[in-house]
Amino acid sequence: MSVTAARIPTGNREDEIQIYNLHKSFGDLEVLKGIDLTVHRGEVVCVIGPSGSGKSTLLRCVNLLETPTQGRIFILNEEITDPDADIDRLRTLMGMVFQSFNLFPHLTALENCTIALTQVKKMSPARAKEIAMQNLHLVGLGDRADSYPLKLSGGQQQRVAIARALSMDPELMLFDEPTSALDPELVGDVLAVMRDLAADGMTMMVVTHEMAFAREVADRVIFMDGGVIVEQGSPEDVIGNPTEERTRSFLRRVLDPTHVETPDDHAASPPA
Amino acid sequence: MTTATAVAPRAKRSPRQRAQRIRMVQYGVLALLVVLAVLFIDGRAVTSTFFRPDMVQKALTQGLPFAFLNTVAYTAGAFAVGLLLGTVLALMRLSQVAPYRWLATIYIEFFRGVPAIIVLIAFSLMPLALPGLRIPFDPYGSVWLGLGLVSAAYMAETIRAGIQAVPKGQVEAARSLGMSSGLATRRIVLPQAFRIVTPPLTNEFVALTKDSSLVYVIGLTADAYDLTKYGRAMSNTYANITPLVIAGLSYLVVTLPLTFLVRKMEARQARSK
Ligand SMILES: Nc1ncnc2c1ncn2[C@@H]1O[C@H](COP(=O)(O)OP(=O)(O)O)[C@@H](O)[C@H]1O
Ligand SMILES: [Mg+2]
Repeated sequence: MSVTAARIPTGNREDEIQIYNLHKSFGDLEVLKGIDLTVHRGEVVCVIGPSGSGKSTLLRCVNLLETPTQGRIFILNEEITDPDADIDRLRTLMGMVFQSFNLFPHLTALENCTIALTQVKKMSPARAKEIAMQNLHLVGLGDRADSYPLKLSGGQQQRVAIARALSMDPELMLFDEPTSALDPELVGDVLAVMRDLAADGMTMMVVTHEMAFAREVADRVIFMDGGVIVEQGSPEDVIGNPTEERTRSFLRRVLDPTHVETPDDHAASPPA
Repeated sequence: MTTATAVAPRAKRSPRQRAQRIRMVQYGVLALLVVLAVLFIDGRAVTSTFFRPDMVQKALTQGLPFAFLNTVAYTAGAFAVGLLLGTVLALMRLSQVAPYRWLATIYIEFFRGVPAIIVLIAFSLMPLALPGLRIPFDPYGSVWLGLGLVSAAYMAETIRAGIQAVPKGQVEAARSLGMSSGLATRRIVLPQAFRIVTPPLTNEFVALTKDSSLVYVIGLTADAYDLTKYGRAMSNTYANITPLVIAGLSYLVVTLPLTFLVRKMEARQARSK
């Protein structure tokens, strides 16, 4: 720890997320086996990899929804893994979008966006509403502000979830397979919103299976397997011309629509 | 129909014919019961015992409405105590702090395990054990506490189940927006949990309405009589059971609509799943 104390964290304002030697175990199962990663301001990092490889766990460690077993994580050079860290405040710097939306069903779309503004940021209801409406318009749902989540389609719900996260005015956004639970025809609207965000310079860490999106939007693609980063680089390199065999076989499976993914595909289990 | 039927040795009735026959038998039994009732029950004797018109009128004009209000007051107060304490106990049961969990478990198992009537008596005698203790709004206060403490134990388990039925993602979404654990519980989890458990809690209210009749065990002045106590007192005075029957029917004014409401709510919850 003391050896590199001078360089951890870097202190560079451009290094928004810094992850050092991150390990995470659930009981005996080690899911993350030493991740080092820095995400820079304005960068869009797409994380790809087979299911079970630890992508969600990595993302959830960044805002401490999972507590790392070992390692340190810094958000804007502030350590969130410090036991004395003000986690609630650091979390307001990061918007999180979940695969299953997780909108609050007892609140309208608008209230979903305002509740943390009034309750956490102690904003006046009027100001909160103004900000929330701006973001609902941004995701194309200004006219559905008074709808309850269950009255919205999956794609609309996910866009409200994005508006909810954006309303907190975060420094960076974390997306965990935001389109995986959507009907295919609704995926496009959500990806379009994310594309606009990226173009606007938002720092984004996106776990996704949408290779076309990653190719087009990502500044960097990270391929994870078995709890480690196997390969990373530009989308052209990692998706277009991967060097690792594990990456290649994963991409073959994902890009071949006729291939049905089974647990056998990525289980390191001994032959039965 | 099927080949099995076709090759059967003797002609069997079709399922439809069989169902028809069974229904006929059921109607027959019912008709028989009605005939027997008309033959053997003396309508006038029944009426004069259970529904004597002058007694019905006396009851309705002499204090029964007031007793009804007392029953509602005992029930509502006990329910409020139970709901508040039940919520606290449910949160304790789910606490990270083990001693809270133990305390809540002991409380719940104790009050679910002893008869409410004994708790009620003990509470009304509390001032004997603790001279100087005065329970406010007596006797209402003692009843609210006595019945409330018992029903809190039942409600706690219901509310705990409701809290656990709220998906984990709800708390995660709340926390990821910077909400503290307490804020997430209050603004996100509990509102959803209470929605889920409104039908069972309404059932608890119905049960409490009937349990409020237990107040007869504590000494009440006439103006604090609940429906049952009122009915019994008046029935004794006039040596006729009609007032007690009317008191009993009065409970239905509260319990029937609520039971109906619960059924509607449950149907709606089942539909929205
Ligand atoms: N809360 C948990 N408890 C136990 N095991 C978990 C938990 N969360 C994830 N895991 C396990 O960790 C591994 C990685 O999960 P995850 O990070 O969700 O992978 P991915 O998002 O890449 O599909 C999986 O084997 C999963 O079963
Ligand atoms: Mg995942």
